[in-house]
Amino acid sequence: MNELSQFSTDASILEIIYVIASVMFILGLKMLSHPLTARRGNFIAATGMVMAIIATIVLHRKDGEPIGNIGLIVAAIIVGTIIGWVIANRVKMTAMPQLVSFFNGMGGGAAALISMMEFPHVSHDLIVKSGMANGHVLAILLGLMIGTISWAGSMIAFGKLDGWIGDLRIKWMKYVNLTILAGLIGLIVFIMAQKPGASAELMPFVYIIFAVAVVYGVLFVMPIGGADMPVVISLLNSFTGVAAAMGGFLYDNQAMLTGGILVGSAGTILTILMCKAMNRSLFNVIAGVFGGGGQAGAEAGGTVREISLSDAAVLLSYSKKVVIVPGYGLAVAQAQHICHELDKLLDEKGVEVKYAIHPVAGRMPGHMNVLMAEADVPYEQLTESDEINPDLPNTDVLVVIGANDVVNPAAEDDPASPIYGMPIIKAREAKNIIVMKRGMGKGYAAIENMLFFNNKTRMLFGDAKATLQNLVNEVKNL
Amino acid sequence: MEKILGFFLEHREAIFLVILSIFLGIEVISHVPAILHTPLMSGANAIHGVVIIGAIIVMGHANTTGAMILGFLAVVLGTLNVVGGFVVTDRMLEMFKKK
Repeated sequence: MNELSQFSTDASILEIIYVIASVMFILGLKMLSHPLTARRGNFIAATGMVMAIIATIVLHRKDGEPIGNIGLIVAAIIVGTIIGWVIANRVKMTAMPQLVSFFNGMGGGAAALISMMEFPHVSHDLIVKSGMANGHVLAILLGLMIGTISWAGSMIAFGKLDGWIGDLRIKWMKYVNLTILAGLIGLIVFIMAQKPGASAELMPFVYIIFAVAVVYGVLFVMPIGGADMPVVISLLNSFTGVAAAMGGFLYDNQAMLTGGILVGSAGTILTILMCKAMNRSLFNVIAGVFGGGGQAGAEAGGTVREISLSDAAVLLSYSKKVVIVPGYGLAVAQAQHICHELDKLLDEKGVEVKYAIHPVAGRMPGHMNVLMAEADVPYEQLTESDEINPDLPNTDVLVVIGANDVVNPAAEDDPASPIYGMPIIKAREAKNIIVMKRGMGKGYAAIENMLFFNNKTRMLFGDAKATLQNLVNEVKNL
Repeated sequence: MEKILGFFLEHREAIFLVILSIFLGIEVISHVPAILHTPLMSGANAIHGVVIIGAIIVMGHANTTGAMILGFLAVVLGTLNVVGGFVVTDRMLEMFKKK
């Protein structure tokens, strides 16, 4: 604070720009919460970021020294911009969760690197004055630990969502993880309890913290089953926010502090909301214990009945109310557009069509909404499960396309099921149910779905896109 | 005990800022409709890319080759977070245009 009180025009302008940037982050995040202003909100936050970056390069002084290596910094920014731009524009919408996870990991990695580089440079005066147990050392070590966990965890989450890393489930994993976490905190306390000396001598311990945090990040995400992935991405997102805030604390930089904490707290709330939606406890997420399959509750019973395309077309065309439940399978088959064509066609015939979107449908909360929006389905037509459930008994046909766990009645009936207690779309209350599926495979959570054996249910097997295309043709020919 | 109290006094402004920001974050996000959860997560993800400022500062004062390599890497990672995050969010939101 003392350096700041020495007046300098540059320093004042820099602080003013940081204040403006912080306001723009807050405004941007606020505007992101309404569909009409969301895009502008994102733009405002991005503008604030660009301002803060340029101002830092031009105006920042550390002990009177301006920013050096400007050529290299600009080069690094150009490299990052090109790579980031290309990846962000090339990736398919279905791969969005992996991408968010990947970019999140980059932020965590940056925070960890900053901590590693700053540790040997903790001000000597500060160590003489307050020993190793000072705010800067704490901020550096916490930033290192949280940033590293976020980086390693995000990379594993990225690999798992992309399908090249499988699950690893061991019963005692929980205790191993908790022990490692306790060890990490122990290491931080150990460093801070050292006698005042040059912090550079303690570097080996900093590398140990880094290594152990990598192990923790990996082990923490490894056992997490597919359907629970959104919770983890959201949690890691808030971790990186906190790691960035540690940097803000270290540099006395208010833009980093507000930006980081804002994301940290918003991300935590989002994580808690998601946990509630999926009936998980946050403690179990952090300890790395998840259900998600293995001990399938009820064994499959009864018979499955199929429906022909023409019968399905007639049933849909002569209904009053149709509800479509899209799942990730629909998106993987790239069938959103043809699905929207079907709903327009039915709409012309006077059928009321709505989409019931489960909050965790897809691979991330709200992911399905994005995928449907990609196909130009107006968002007024998308309803949430709580909204649509009371309406389902009056619904003539409910069509499940590539969704499974979000309509599984085991969530209500079977206390042994890993998804027991998760709010679902109460599909079985509709008058008729058509399920489009590739085959009798299980859902992402790998559990049996009794809905398929319900006597109101008819199955329509095949690739979602081809089946929908044929269905559209049938409806047209009626 | 004295140390903890001293720590609080020394960093009171930062501590205030942290507490207020926590409430602000909760307040801002609590009214978000589920349909915007994914873009919101992605947008928030871009905002914590603010860590790039720290990367620039550390790189700006690096004077050994090792530090320069790490600093360069930190700036690249931070930029990836910022640019990737905002571009991807924009791509998602572009689709929410009202007809």
